[in-house]
Amino acid sequence: MDKQVIVSPSPHVHSGESTSRLMFNVVLALMPAFAVSLYYFGVGAFIVTLLAVGSCVIFEYLIQKFLLKGNPTITDGSAIVTGLLLAFNVPSNLPWHIVVIGSLVAIGVAKMSFGGLGSNPFNPALVGRVFMLISFPVQMTSWPLPVASRLQYLDAVTGPTPLAILKEGLKNGETISQMGDKIPSHMQMFMGLMGGSLGEIAAFALLIGFAWLLFTKVITWHIPVSIFTTIAVFTGILWMINPETNADPIFHLLTGGVMIGAIFMATDYVTSPMNPIGMWIFGIGIGLLTVIIRVWGAYPEGVSFAILIMNAFVPLLNRYIKPKRFGEEVKRNG
Amino acid sequence: MNMLKTFSKGGVHPPENKISAGKSIEILPLPQKVSIPVSQHIGAPANVLVAKGDKVKVGQVIAQSSGFVSANIHSSVSGTVESIDAVLDSSGYKRQAITITVEDDEWIESIDRSTELKKDIQLNAQDIIKRINESGIVGLGGATFPSHVKLSVPAGKKAEVLIINGVECEPYLTSDHRLMLEKGHEMMVGIQILMRALNVEKALIGIENNKPDAIKYLKSIAGEYKGVEVHGLKVKYPQGGEKQLIKALINREVPSGGLPIDIGAVVHNVGTAFAVYEAVQKNKPLFERVVTVTGKNLPKTANYIVRIGTSVAELIAAAGGLPDDTGKVVNGGPMMGKALTSTDVPVTKGTSGIIVFQSKESQRKTDSACIRCAKCVSVCPMGLEPYLLNRLSQRMMFENMEHEHVLDCMECGSCSFECPANLPLLDYIRLGKAEVNKIIRSRKN
Repeated sequence: MDKQVIVSPSPHVHSGESTSRLMFNVVLALMPAFAVSLYYFGVGAFIVTLLAVGSCVIFEYLIQKFLLKGNPTITDGSAIVTGLLLAFNVPSNLPWHIVVIGSLVAIGVAKMSFGGLGSNPFNPALVGRVFMLISFPVQMTSWPLPVASRLQYLDAVTGPTPLAILKEGLKNGETISQMGDKIPSHMQMFMGLMGGSLGEIAAFALLIGFAWLLFTKVITWHIPVSIFTTIAVFTGILWMINPETNADPIFHLLTGGVMIGAIFMATDYVTSPMNPIGMWIFGIGIGLLTVIIRVWGAYPEGVSFAILIMNAFVPLLNRYIKPKRFGEEVKRNG
Repeated sequence: MNMLKTFSKGGVHPPENKISAGKSIEILPLPQKVSIPVSQHIGAPANVLVAKGDKVKVGQVIAQSSGFVSANIHSSVSGTVESIDAVLDSSGYKRQAITITVEDDEWIESIDRSTELKKDIQLNAQDIIKRINESGIVGLGGATFPSHVKLSVPAGKKAEVLIINGVECEPYLTSDHRLMLEKGHEMMVGIQILMRALNVEKALIGIENNKPDAIKYLKSIAGEYKGVEVHGLKVKYPQGGEKQLIKALINREVPSGGLPIDIGAVVHNVGTAFAVYEAVQKNKPLFERVVTVTGKNLPKTANYIVRIGTSVAELIAAAGGLPDDTGKVVNGGPMMGKALTSTDVPVTKGTSGIIVFQSKESQRKTDSACIRCAKCVSVCPMGLEPYLLNRLSQRMMFENMEHEHVLDCMECGSCSFECPANLPLLDYIRLGKAEVNKIIRSRKN
């Protein structure tokens, strides 16, 4: 044959799937929530999101280029996802320098110092968020009210989250029925009309994103569904025992970071288990820890901590929880 | 319509690209010379019976089976033995082959060259297996395991069902599809012969649903053949894998490290069934087969009946020649086939197709970091963890690979196909398999 041909081992075809396509689909899936947050929080949501995405991408580029002296891989889109998630997990009136510091911790400490994409044990956006929460507790827990403060950034009108109302009320000896109108209705919570981080409030928008992730096969249903189920069952039991001191399961599913955490944070590829059984254990762990922190802990909200704690178990889960092999049950003869 | 059966674990959906599906089987004109390798099957190479200068006829045994797991090799042409020498084959290595200059087309007399269908089977089980052995029949799906070995059920085991593989799950390939459409009755008789050899009452033909015409046709004639059922299957690669096909059809799993006969099943390809018909009813040994020649920019795609030993270059020439934009030539399917180093290699019993890829389809993309998306785990039909095997192999931790059951891997390529980071997972897994096999052999010694 007089032609030069390529000789390589099989397979000779590829699905065309790529890391950047997966990340792009996550970004798309976050867009409904972003649109809602622009509608509710206006200027603040825009500034914080842009700042977080921009600084995450720039920090990743700078670290890869000048510290690691390698080829920057920002085109894979993972830094954009980290930036978006970081922004979605903070209040829309967070001062700009805190956003930048959070991004630096997320990308620099949580991601790049472990070896970059694929090697980080903890979810970078969550590490960034928890760092900010512990370092700047006041700024991180003042929540602009939706719609009311669309045109303000730093001077937005703030109010508590439903979870904080609950925690505070219970501490003061009030029962849930006494708190009454202070807690938004289920419908208001589903639509996101409550205080909270800029991207976590609107359950309906996040569920649209969930549908998109499932449809494009970016994630499987196991982790989100196991988290939802565990939280619903656990808080359901508590609620049945005493509905005056324990909020109902729907309240727990719709408030705080459950939706964004279960759909977008816990499903982060790098920091979640590799097979369905491991995913279930991981999800159940997150659900249990979330409820324990919310009900008995000092913080009103516990999704971030729960995910980070379970992230630490992922290597163990991957090591000891193995997928069922084909032809496994039947014993080998000889 | 009821739910179509399929296997339950893993699997991928590569683009089908069955470009040549509508092309009737054509006879490729006789070449001027053939090179017939003496090792075209799994097992020991056959012993050469002829010498340089000998005259041979079509169908004459030119190399004899050298053991239980081996196969006879027959001349596919009449002519003079020109040389017995090492010749480059599709593996990329030089292997012993008998090169024959073609003169006329004189067949040995015992072959019945009539085309009429011969339905009644005269031989008993033992004689059938003997005839199949003598005729050099091997698995024509590509695995080339000698067929008589599969039909000789070991003591203590019993065959309950014959499974006929008409899945053709590899993209591009259409040779089995055409054979089912054009030689349906012959194939059915071949299946009856195999059933008698195995003493089973039931045969199930599995065909993927992307060949509705073949399913419909075989269903329409199945009534004439006792105990034969035709099943349409959901399209999913690698359903043509023996274990996956058994799982899809009778919902039993071949144990890890075991054989289909352990759970009472024997699997043969539709092409093998046709070859068995010809061997038993027409006394015609295996010296030709149907080969698909295809590719997106090939001037013509076709399904040819080709004499074994014909150069791949001749097939491509018949299909209009290699296009200027040729990046890769593959022997077999795109998922498991071998890229050829040269088109000057002979067609063998295991050649189901030749695919010509354009340059842009031939390049692998640059790999990037594993993002632990677990797609390789979810597509692995054997329930293995390719990402882990890949890492263990890179770190040369072969003992650990053995514990992770790397030998269960059948190299279907689903993991590499799906990997978003374009990691060469299967390359490293293959390396690991070879090393693990070495370790196991050294333990035995």
